[in-house]
Amino acid sequence: MSEYNVSQCRTPVFFDRFERKDENQHQTHYCPGCGHGVAHKLIAEALGELGLQDRTVMVSPVGCSVFAYYYFDTGNVQAAHGRAPAVATAVKRSNPGSIVISYQGDGDLAAIGTAEIVHAANRGENITVFFVNNSIYGMTGGQMAPTTLIGQTSTTSPWGRRPNNEGFPIKMAEMLSALEAPVYIERVALSDAKHIMQARRAVKKALQLQKEGAGFTMVEILSPCPTILKMEPTVARHWVADTLIKQFPLGVYRDRKPEFEPVLVPQKGVAELLGISGKRLSDEERHARRQHTRAKTIKVSGFGGQGILLLGQLIAEMGMREHMEVSWLPSYGPEMRSGSAHCDVTLSHDRVGTPLVSTPDVLVAMNEPSLRKFAPHVRPGGVILYNSRQLPEDLKFEGLTVACVPASEIADQIGSAKVSNVVMMGALLEATDCLPFTTAQAVLSGLVKNRKLAEMNEKALEAGRNYLDTEVLVGAVAGPDGCGE
Amino acid sequence: MRQLCKGNVAVVKAAIMAGCRSFYGYPITPASEIAEYAALLIPQVGGTFLQAESEVSAINMVYGAAAAGQRVMTASSGPGISLMQEGISYLAGAELPCVIADVMRAGPGLGNIAPEQSDYFCMTKGGGHGCYRNIVLAPSSVQEMASLTMLAFELADKYRNPAVLLADGFVGQMMEPLDLELVEPVVPQKPWAVKGDLETRKNLISSIHLTPDLMEAHIRHLEEKYSECERNECRSETYRTEDAEVLLVGYGIVSRILRSTVDLARQHGVKAGLFRPISLWPFPSKALATAAKSAVKVMVVELSTGQMVEDVKLSINGSMPVEFYGRVGGNVPSAEECQAELFARMEVLV
Ligand SMILES: Cc1ncc(C[n+]2csc(CCOP(=O)(O)OP(=O)(O)O)c2C)c(N)n1
Repeated sequence: MSEYNVSQCRTPVFFDRFERKDENQHQTHYCPGCGHGVAHKLIAEALGELGLQDRTVMVSPVGCSVFAYYYFDTGNVQAAHGRAPAVATAVKRSNPGSIVISYQGDGDLAAIGTAEIVHAANRGENITVFFVNNSIYGMTGGQMAPTTLIGQTSTTSPWGRRPNNEGFPIKMAEMLSALEAPVYIERVALSDAKHIMQARRAVKKALQLQKEGAGFTMVEILSPCPTILKMEPTVARHWVADTLIKQFPLGVYRDRKPEFEPVLVPQKGVAELLGISGKRLSDEERHARRQHTRAKTIKVSGFGGQGILLLGQLIAEMGMREHMEVSWLPSYGPEMRSGSAHCDVTLSHDRVGTPLVSTPDVLVAMNEPSLRKFAPHVRPGGVILYNSRQLPEDLKFEGLTVACVPASEIADQIGSAKVSNVVMMGALLEATDCLPFTTAQAVLSGLVKNRKLAEMNEKALEAGRNYLDTEVLVGAVAGPDGCGE
Repeated sequence: MRQLCKGNVAVVKAAIMAGCRSFYGYPITPASEIAEYAALLIPQVGGTFLQAESEVSAINMVYGAAAAGQRVMTASSGPGISLMQEGISYLAGAELPCVIADVMRAGPGLGNIAPEQSDYFCMTKGGGHGCYRNIVLAPSSVQEMASLTMLAFELADKYRNPAVLLADGFVGQMMEPLDLELVEPVVPQKPWAVKGDLETRKNLISSIHLTPDLMEAHIRHLEEKYSECERNECRSETYRTEDAEVLLVGYGIVSRILRSTVDLARQHGVKAGLFRPISLWPFPSKALATAAKSAVKVMVVELSTGQMVEDVKLSINGSMPVEFYGRVGGNVPSAEECQAELFARMEVLV
């Protein structure tokens, strides 16, 4: 085996001297007979033969091979325990021309990093994983690995691995071969010269496939760990040949490309994509242009599905177009799903302080529960627009303008319950005079492309406005615009 | 021209403006729109969006992309942020720049999805292991969700460190006008990155320093960097503090509420002022002490049981009483409630 000692290896992919190492810069940190050194050499040789040294990024894991960067004269990124496939995913996607290797032990890949390896493989990341399975945790001193054999003792399986306590050794090559995307998965062993030659071919094939852009490749390498197994190097190699291979059969588990048509996303310029257009107005210019508007705080409330949030957004959009300072704050979360919804809108001439509207100038209540909930908080002199022909008998509001507008009924007559919120918008504009009707029309027509719906919206807006104008006996406690500035 | 935009969406737009072409994330309310809009927009400008299998993976993908020289970001909330902490520690240790948006929700545990400000400690003081800092910026409006996202990318690159946009559920979910101007992003050279080419072959991204002396040297180097950041990057805003007898302190959505409280209090003859930290780390201690000059009392309001208040107390250094008022669980006080709490603590009768 000595010819596989990294220190004696003459490939340019290894540093001549291991200068990143503190001491002993001519020797690796691996124990005599450790499989990692051999695996390193096979990878380095393959990279050299394929001319990939300059393009390669080695992602090293946490484990005995954490110091892979001592040896590989390639780009190096060290990753957290188990996360190398996630790191490698993004390294590769950031520079698709690079050759990215995720080098991992069995604790790293098959225990703590199970999710990362499965999903990197499942996405068909164009990376190569070298998975060194030595049946044990090396670096931390011999604890049980997910690959530890039944009956095998370790410092954390002192009675031997028991299926009733720790389950069975995990077979990653087989597991990952159940996925659609991987193109090449083979299990090899570093047990003797013949098997090492096969391992060499597998390592090179995997890298060649990555070079061709084929997709996800993995070589699982059964590897001796003499120190932890407390065996002579030769005995450890025999143990791999006689025992480990029995549990983890060698062979090619996957060697085919999945068939699919890639879907490409159409490209756009940044300005167009982000909706950046026109020139910015100064605060003074905006101030001058919003003089015809009225500042209001508005709460819109009702059932989910009544277009509550949208109505609020439309009002905010209108305010913004009229150069006001505006904010829209939704109730969000489970409330939305359980049926009730509300949002707060502030139309202001100054920078908006709190976007929470706790004492609104205007309350739009699309149903009775929200009327009962929010009406007591309406500011003195404020306006309530209620979606009904009349108030519930027990309710009386002093000092407020209350307008009952049967918006849902009117919307049904127009042809769609959907436009009840637009009916309310018409009523709100008429009652408060906060924004011009023309702006509402412009915002609505910009919103819907469907001709029929656009026509209904227009009718709804008009109907709400007219209803308030002609039908509603406005509370007369204060004028229709009694909500004050 | 202004556009009505949701806070979370503004983050994505700003990221694209800042030259970010890599987003790795995992959905969680109330941050999900950031991932959703990143998925929609970033591929249209030739970038990468990937929904990871977990926040653990997402932050490690961020690590990989940052190592490869990309401007990269992720976004999450409470439980997801907890899962990212190991990765954030690695990013800081390996000196990798990235932007993390945390749209805070109520915790601990699954908590709920309503707004809170309870990730202050884990973002400004650590959260992951080791002596490191995040640069933490706290937006209070949709416009700032954009401008501070852009600033976060700039500072992350400048200091080679994670930068956090610490927003609350309200700022993330609300809509306000967003005014964007097209500017070419200035992305600095990153000669340390590992790009898979001859030029960067020699580079190593790692946070391991095996011997105590080397490790200490590295930690001292980080410490120096953080000191420089403290000298240069404190940001804050004040409102009516010139003659303030009582100083209100709050960040994010709370600063907006307190701005209204200041006006209300002054209508009742109480001279209140507002100090709003914009950078939570580095914390603008000096500016706070200056803003409190004319005050006899400070009141801190947070959507937590008291986290930032500790930094306020350190800044005030015992020179006057520091009161605290907090709401949690998704409850947000109105400007009037804050005023009432203030007056109660000042023994003002109205
Ligand atoms: C989050 C985390 N948990 C635990 C560890 C401790 N740790 C370091 S290496 C290791 C096991 C590595 O075993 P394996 O992947 O089999 O590699 P080997 O050392 O055998 O090559 C563990 C548990 C760590 N570094 N990080």
